[in-house]
Amino acid sequence: MVAPGEPGARPFWAAMTAGKPATGPITLFDASRFRCRIAAESRFDPVTAGLTPQQIRRTDRAGQFAIAATAEALADAGLSPGDLPPERTGVSIGNAIGNTMLMEQEYAAGSDGGRLWLCDQNYGVPHAYCSMVSSSIAVEVAWASQAEGPATVVSTGCTSGLDAVGHASQLICEGSADVVITGATEAPVTPITVACFDALKATSVRNDDPAGACKPFDLHRDGLVLGEGAAVFVLEEESHARSRGARIRAIIAGYASRANAYHMTGLQPEGRELAEAIRRALGNARVDPSEIDYVSAHGSGTRQNDRHETAALKASLGHHAYRAPASSIKSMIGHSLGGIGAIEIAACVFALEDQVVPPTANLETRDPECDLDYVPGDARQVPVNTVLNVGSGFGGFQTAIVLLSSRRSR
Amino acid sequence: MTAPVVATGLGVVAPNGLGAEAFWENVLAGKTGIDRISRFDPAGYDVTLAGEIKDFDASDYIPGALIARTDRMTHFALAATEMALADACARPADFPEYEMAVVTANSAGGTEFGQRELEKLQMHGPQHVGAYMSIAWFYAANTGQISIKQKMRGPCVMISAEQAGGLDTIGHARRIIRGGALLAVSGGTDAPFSPAGLIAQMTTRRLSTGTDPLTAYRPFSTHPGGYVPGEGGAMIILEDAANARERGARQAYGVIAGYAATFDPPPGSPRPPGLRRAIELALQDAGIAAADVDAVLADGHAVPELDRREAEAIAAVFGPLGVPVSVPKTLNGRMYSGGSSLDAVTALLMLRDQVIPPTVGSSDVSAECPVDLVGDQARAARIRHVVVLSRGYGGLSRDYSCFNTAVVISAVS
Repeated sequence: MVAPGEPGARPFWAAMTAGKPATGPITLFDASRFRCRIAAESRFDPVTAGLTPQQIRRTDRAGQFAIAATAEALADAGLSPGDLPPERTGVSIGNAIGNTMLMEQEYAAGSDGGRLWLCDQNYGVPHAYCSMVSSSIAVEVAWASQAEGPATVVSTGCTSGLDAVGHASQLICEGSADVVITGATEAPVTPITVACFDALKATSVRNDDPAGACKPFDLHRDGLVLGEGAAVFVLEEESHARSRGARIRAIIAGYASRANAYHMTGLQPEGRELAEAIRRALGNARVDPSEIDYVSAHGSGTRQNDRHETAALKASLGHHAYRAPASSIKSMIGHSLGGIGAIEIAACVFALEDQVVPPTANLETRDPECDLDYVPGDARQVPVNTVLNVGSGFGGFQTAIVLLSSRRSR
Repeated sequence: MTAPVVATGLGVVAPNGLGAEAFWENVLAGKTGIDRISRFDPAGYDVTLAGEIKDFDASDYIPGALIARTDRMTHFALAATEMALADACARPADFPEYEMAVVTANSAGGTEFGQRELEKLQMHGPQHVGAYMSIAWFYAANTGQISIKQKMRGPCVMISAEQAGGLDTIGHARRIIRGGALLAVSGGTDAPFSPAGLIAQMTTRRLSTGTDPLTAYRPFSTHPGGYVPGEGGAMIILEDAANARERGARQAYGVIAGYAATFDPPPGSPRPPGLRRAIELALQDAGIAAADVDAVLADGHAVPELDRREAEAIAAVFGPLGVPVSVPKTLNGRMYSGGSSLDAVTALLMLRDQVIPPTVGSSDVSAECPVDLVGDQARAARIRHVVVLSRGYGGLSRDYSCFNTAVVISAVS
């Protein structure tokens, strides 16, 4: 994992359970002319992360996150290069906006800082095309894991991370692969992306209080804070994992996605389609709403999302929505667009293992329209065997995924 | 046994024809859509030819406000979807909202829209970037806009595997229909021609610098010289066969009988490339033998090493000169993710009309490529099964395409 703050899965979880925001002033570029000047950045360094000079040269920050997270995931699964059967190993990586940092740099050079509409072909460097196509991220992950099965980037805006893992589980269930290296990555703290969110007025302008800026479900929330990072998982067919004696950390039990077909960025308050995705995912997992021990909420901290999501949880879980703790770790690590779904799945895996649910930071004043148990302030020790992770994003995508503890018998 | 998934509607936005019938008529007649680039002056570039769509008026298909908010790739996607639904006589309002899916692919996002907004950012500052950049440029834009326009609320996703992604949409849409959906819009579109987009493509060193539209793109020939890039794409309506029959669908062009995707080992690896395995897995999935296949629509990069490897894979499965092979995309250029879904449309029309389209421009087949290439003239044949191939770019080397996808499209039995 590469999450805001210290890279690595363990440091991520330690920060989440400590309730510690990683949001701060943007340092990756000079953001002084922007409306929003804060983000949750990772202290990632590709050299420290063990990437080779060639990997670093040819990839964007998003690709670098993915390479580092893949290496960590393989090691965590007890796998060395060559242990997996290449033909039976697939790749499914979520990502929304590709290699924007590198793309911007290449464009700047070719256009001489925007002066040339007819860009200069002499400034097209060998990896320029790779910076325009998001599929290059799947290429890097496949190389890093020696996968030769089906490989793809799954792109559904802000739900990409959930949909990529869902897709991976489909590949395994249908028999197209025994193992899928899956997860998501995003590096959106770049001028063009921050400018886009400025234009939409979707990001928080609490530039003077970065740590307290992302306030999901709070009455005074004023928008999302961008984050960045990657989480990668080794997803295996259960008997394949058992036969090699792997430590099973969690089970993907159900997945469903629906679209609101309403608006590219707008949401209707009822959360009807997200509720439908949740119902389908629960049905898929053969899990009753009352069994949900924790909801990893989308909780982006925008006015419309948090209301939309609260309504969807009530519509799909019924009265149990009031009982199941539902928190948003975006309050601490921001919203890494296509990457966040996978990072939240990682949090769910830790929650299942440690029987701890992370809090929603910065939730101080209740919004009467958001009246569920969002775990304000501090992490909470509770039995966690069944987890629901939900996401909602630009394009109208609504996704739900259900995870089970490996202890839970099915 | 899983229920068959059939193609009931086709929508095409191609340089040599708008609409499936116009495109197909021109393909069979060998009429090219390739010409000197006109969207900008290509005089300063080594690459001057492209398959551009010149007679397309987005307002024929899309409201004006939406045109301004979306990139050209989305205009193509929305138009192709309208055409495909009309061809299938499928009205979204007649289907349960959650049982309609949208699966699209594109390679490079909203290239022209993106270049304009990046220009504003760099020349004038962040406050000049428009609010629509965020929804126009990103890779899932087409899927989202189709879902909204057609009120399709089932599983919606965008797949990215460069060129191969266009074919992957068909495999994934079939998966979703097998999972319970009744209808899926599937396919790819790309609109990669802004100057920044073109110079990025040129860095792959795979593009043709030829100036004669009819011979600049010559896959499998003795002097291949690279490919001509193209824009556009296709959308295909896939349906659960039983439901299509029940609702009285006007036609079923063919069955999506087999699908497989593989990935190549890195450049320099002693391990074999994956295209042959993709073909074999797709045949296995379709439950047919190599001998049952009547034609192959090849990827046809027109890059010597890539052509040789593709010919080798085809020969390994079907035998040297064992099956007719065609690359009709020489008439439109390689349309990236749009091109491979357009090839799937071609395969479906081949089944209907029992004819293999020509590969215009490649008359001198290289001795290193043991393929029975259908030359300048279309060839009549008995066609029950067509294999469509596509590969996606991997980076690092001109000779490395790593995403391999094979689809078997069969006649409705």
